[in-house]
Amino acid sequence: MNEIKKAKALLLSGGTIYDASDGSHKRLDILIADGKIKQLGTDLADGFSGEKIDASGHLLMQGLMDMHVHLREPGREDEETIESGCAAAMAGGMTAVCAMPNTTPPCDSQEVVRFLKKRGEEQLVEVLPIACVSKKRAGAEITEMAELVKAGAVAFSDDGNPVANTAVMRAALEYSSMFEVPLIEHCEDPHLAAGGHMHEGWMSTRLGLPGQPDIAESIMVARNIALAEYTGGHIHIAHISTAKSLELVRRGKENGVKVTCEVTPHHLALSDEALIDYDTNLKMNPPLRSRLDVEALKIGLRDGTIDAIASDHAPHSIEEKDVEFAAAPFGILGLETMLGIILKHLVQTGEMRLEEVLKKMIIGPRQILGLPLPRIKEGEVANLTILQPDAAWTVRKANLHSLSRNMPYDGWELNGRVLGVVNRGYFWVAGEARP
Amino acid sequence: MPLQQKHLLGLEGVSAEDISLILDTATTFREILDRPIPKVPTLRGLTVVNLFYEASTRTRISFELAEKRLSADSVNFTTSTSSVKKGETLKDTIRNIEAMKIDMVVVRHQAAGVPRFLTQCVDAAIINAGDGMHEHPTQALLDMFTLREKFAKLQGLRVAIIGDISHSRVAGSNIRGLKAMGAEVMLCGPKTLIPRDVEKFGVQVTYDVEDAIAWADVLNVLRIQLERQEAGLFPTLREYHAEFGITQQRLERAKKDITIMHPGPINRGVELDADVADAEYSVILNQVTNGVAVRMAVLYLLSGNEESVS
Repeated sequence: MNEIKKAKALLLSGGTIYDASDGSHKRLDILIADGKIKQLGTDLADGFSGEKIDASGHLLMQGLMDMHVHLREPGREDEETIESGCAAAMAGGMTAVCAMPNTTPPCDSQEVVRFLKKRGEEQLVEVLPIACVSKKRAGAEITEMAELVKAGAVAFSDDGNPVANTAVMRAALEYSSMFEVPLIEHCEDPHLAAGGHMHEGWMSTRLGLPGQPDIAESIMVARNIALAEYTGGHIHIAHISTAKSLELVRRGKENGVKVTCEVTPHHLALSDEALIDYDTNLKMNPPLRSRLDVEALKIGLRDGTIDAIASDHAPHSIEEKDVEFAAAPFGILGLETMLGIILKHLVQTGEMRLEEVLKKMIIGPRQILGLPLPRIKEGEVANLTILQPDAAWTVRKANLHSLSRNMPYDGWELNGRVLGVVNRGYFWVAGEARP
Repeated sequence: MPLQQKHLLGLEGVSAEDISLILDTATTFREILDRPIPKVPTLRGLTVVNLFYEASTRTRISFELAEKRLSADSVNFTTSTSSVKKGETLKDTIRNIEAMKIDMVVVRHQAAGVPRFLTQCVDAAIINAGDGMHEHPTQALLDMFTLREKFAKLQGLRVAIIGDISHSRVAGSNIRGLKAMGAEVMLCGPKTLIPRDVEKFGVQVTYDVEDAIAWADVLNVLRIQLERQEAGLFPTLREYHAEFGITQQRLERAKKDITIMHPGPINRGVELDADVADAEYSVILNQVTNGVAVRMAVLYLLSGNEESVS
């Protein structure tokens, strides 16, 4: 892995600045000093003697953000650490990630939030903790939300576990709305989905695997939208996966409910038909859905119903995944391939414009979380991703920065090479070996 | 012509030619079973492991007998606890067994896809003896063998499968095999036990058992498990019998010859009445006998042994 470097002075030359806030493209060099943008201009290389990155043929844009990442620290440092997860994030072009709280111990106390903030301070990538909705993620009593927000939590979620008790969810939405942070829910009716290893439909019937019906998700989405409307809280639907859920979010938004949602690259690029060989690296929750759902999600992303793209990066050890399908845990890696999959499967196909999808990774997550958008202006912190959008590359499992290898994309041809990222006074440039 | 597969993981994608080859080969073995000494040296020196992660009486005995009749060496590994609980993965278990130099593995497991998973772990030929709710190909083959014995051909035959289709690997393999052989298939059971989108197999579905009886030449009656009632999928065994049970009275009302099959073990008085199970139009015990011959054929054809069977 290439090192993260600190530079007093750094010049990004020859690239085109794409500013997601106004959609403008400008051929300008960026001179960075002590982590801040010192100067935007042409031909700044003349007489410059500091670190240089040749960004010719690249886009320079606000750093991408992934709001749904499982960093596994504390508790499963064999699968991922904050450091390795941040390295994977950089390789994927991200300068910020949200850390999901299903760790051991779970992020339900100020101590864990502070631990994450502290460990994240040493990173180029900003680690934003999401704290639990309920103590121990048990779904019974809400956490000390006020103090968790003060400690640095940017949202609440019991991700992996839905909050099954509607009264608890109501209280959580009502209480959290005081701090203007979203409540992120993994929407799943636990009884309807119980025992299901994949999407219920023709493929589950063919494969003889117990399925989770699409309504196990949409019923919870409907409940949560009703609660958000009633309480005035902000519900964010994590990894939306079905056409029915999407329609509910669309209607909720039309009715002025504070509801937002995100979609994963795998739910856009793959359907349940991919499970024909029982590959445990295609097992995640929510599961891969039908082709009709995939098409609906693409429409939802285009028409703005879906606010953000997020990876649901979920590292698992080889031992855990190299078992029969039913025994394998849910989850696949996503940080390093998210951008590539989106550019290949949505942009190259002509279904969406490059700028539209970039906004879902630059503006979308920050808007949902109420975070400021980095600005590409003189005097501002340099928080940038350097990308060659059309360049093709092949995914190689062996070259991943993550500590885990549970991903189905080995050998896939993707688009969009990340040359490097800049943030917090650090910069990182990808080496030749890339995932 | 050899079989077009190295393993028997299921009947999905298996051609009518391959199924016919297995059934034709089984005919030869069926004759051997009636000899005074029902044993041939065909698979001498070959070692077969019967790996059963789920309780089984007839399938395991049937495979074991088939192996012995062919003079193969067989070893049994039976456990009701999964290897995961014992702290050893399935992959480690199978690789350890393979390291003892074995040629074929007959596997039954609670989880769908396990036979396919084993093909990725070892080189031995894998025979699926039932995986979760997925397939049980030798059961479907012996069912088809039994039907061919009685009706001479499967083309156009009307077979109704009655009961818990959702959880039945017997149904899973029978549907695929019968469709490949040109038979017509109807499924019948409570709606809660019919899997989603099952019509895509090219089968009809009815929730009225009398419709199924009126339509069918053959009823393949599945065992109903008490645990499905406990899971709330139907109210009581009593009501199941009243609505879906195969009774003498229902068969008489249909006023035609009908053949009764059951993969066993039978819950007498629930899915099938005792007098129907034991009637002359029931071929249930023929199925059991034929099972040995069909499994001999599968073992022989997958062994790669080119010697003709005498």
